[in-house]
Amino acid sequence: MAHDTAHHHESNTKRIWSVFIILSVVTLVEVVLGIIKPEFLTDTDLVNMSLLNWIFILLTLYKAYLIAWAFMHLEAENKWLRRVIVWTAIFLILYLVFILLNEGFYIYEVYNEGYMSWDF
Amino acid sequence: MEASVVRTGTEGKAWGGGNEPLDASYGKMMMWFFIVSDALTFSGFLAAYGFSRFKYADIWPIADEVFNHFPFLHGVDAPMYYVALMTFILIFSSVTMVLAVDAGHHLNKAKVTFYMFLTIIGGLIFLGSQAWEWSNFIKGEYGAVSTTGGNILQFVDNEGHRVALSDFAIPEASERIVHEENEGIWFESGATLPTYSIEEVTAGFAANEDLYVRTGVLNEEGEKTILSRRESLQKLETEGIGVVEGANLTQNEYGPPLFADFFFFITGFHGFHVLSGVIINIIIFFNVIVGTYERRGNYEMVEKVGLYWHFVDLVWVFVFTFFYLV
Repeated sequence: MAHDTAHHHESNTKRIWSVFIILSVVTLVEVVLGIIKPEFLTDTDLVNMSLLNWIFILLTLYKAYLIAWAFMHLEAENKWLRRVIVWTAIFLILYLVFILLNEGFYIYEVYNEGYMSWDF
Repeated sequence: MEASVVRTGTEGKAWGGGNEPLDASYGKMMMWFFIVSDALTFSGFLAAYGFSRFKYADIWPIADEVFNHFPFLHGVDAPMYYVALMTFILIFSSVTMVLAVDAGHHLNKAKVTFYMFLTIIGGLIFLGSQAWEWSNFIKGEYGAVSTTGGNILQFVDNEGHRVALSDFAIPEASERIVHEENEGIWFESGATLPTYSIEEVTAGFAANEDLYVRTGVLNEEGEKTILSRRESLQKLETEGIGVVEGANLTQNEYGPPLFADFFFFITGFHGFHVLSGVIINIIIFFNVIVGTYERRGNYEMVEKVGLYWHFVDLVWVFVFTFFYLV
């Protein structure tokens, strides 16, 4: 690996620092939003979740993308290595999250609307 | 030797051996196998956390009220700041790690050593921060009363500010005794008693006119419900059974015990990854110093441990979102 990576890595530090700045700014935005909690974002619902939470999740995915692509160097890897790693994880995680969250919501409804008292 | 080598006629072809599938070396490929499977483990934990949270959607604690401490700012309500600081520390140690990898590509031993050192320091600071966060969470701040239904009742004054049990409970001469081993043949140890008994808390609450009970239930505005004085008294009388201070695996003064369980388990598992990352980093750091990779002619080991370290950072990004923000 050393011989073929040596030449196209010359000015990589610039990229590293710019990614660091983006990551810091995104984290700062998340923290500020988390402290202020603007009402129009918390009160607007989109598919069972407030707009604010969707923003948090999207920013998180963006940060994850930056870390994986720039720091873990996926952007310079073979296209298929990248796809194998990313798509395997994404499909399995989507499946898991869908099943568990859906089931959690179902149990919530049973607790609240079913013939069962759980706060006695 | 030449005579014993079997020629298969596939040399130089995909299955001939000696080439690198997907242009990745064996070690790097194995590191990616590990990372993908570990990512699935973590997503299993986080999805299970999501399951429990959806299940208890209307009584889940508000993270800003739980994690609101900052070192040297005692009693100041500082939600998010501390965990934001921890996130910055981890991101920064990720940056120094990737700088070490970059220096490794240029075979610059001095720079690799320096950046690896910074990475290790960053990891250690993060671990210390997490220990501090845990100790605050375990100690708790205000204390609460547990109910027969397994819920939590907290106390507020007429302006809605939280009130600690120690501010109003009336300590009485009571029969509460910590049993010890020397008092019985078979007795080994009993549960440690909370600072106040439920009777002392109830008496203090009844005597203090401007105290109200706050239940764990979230109202329309996403805030915890505060009961009227009459409802408060009735609720405490009929449902209060015990005093909870702080959090452990079975009790949690902030809300459902599951919240504490998941917090301990997921941040603990992540912290364990950070710890093992620091240890592996230290090993690689000494290898760099003694010149192992200098002699080998490449710093790929630094790159591989770097992958692991970035993965730990990647997981923290998600833990941060789902425990502190959402």
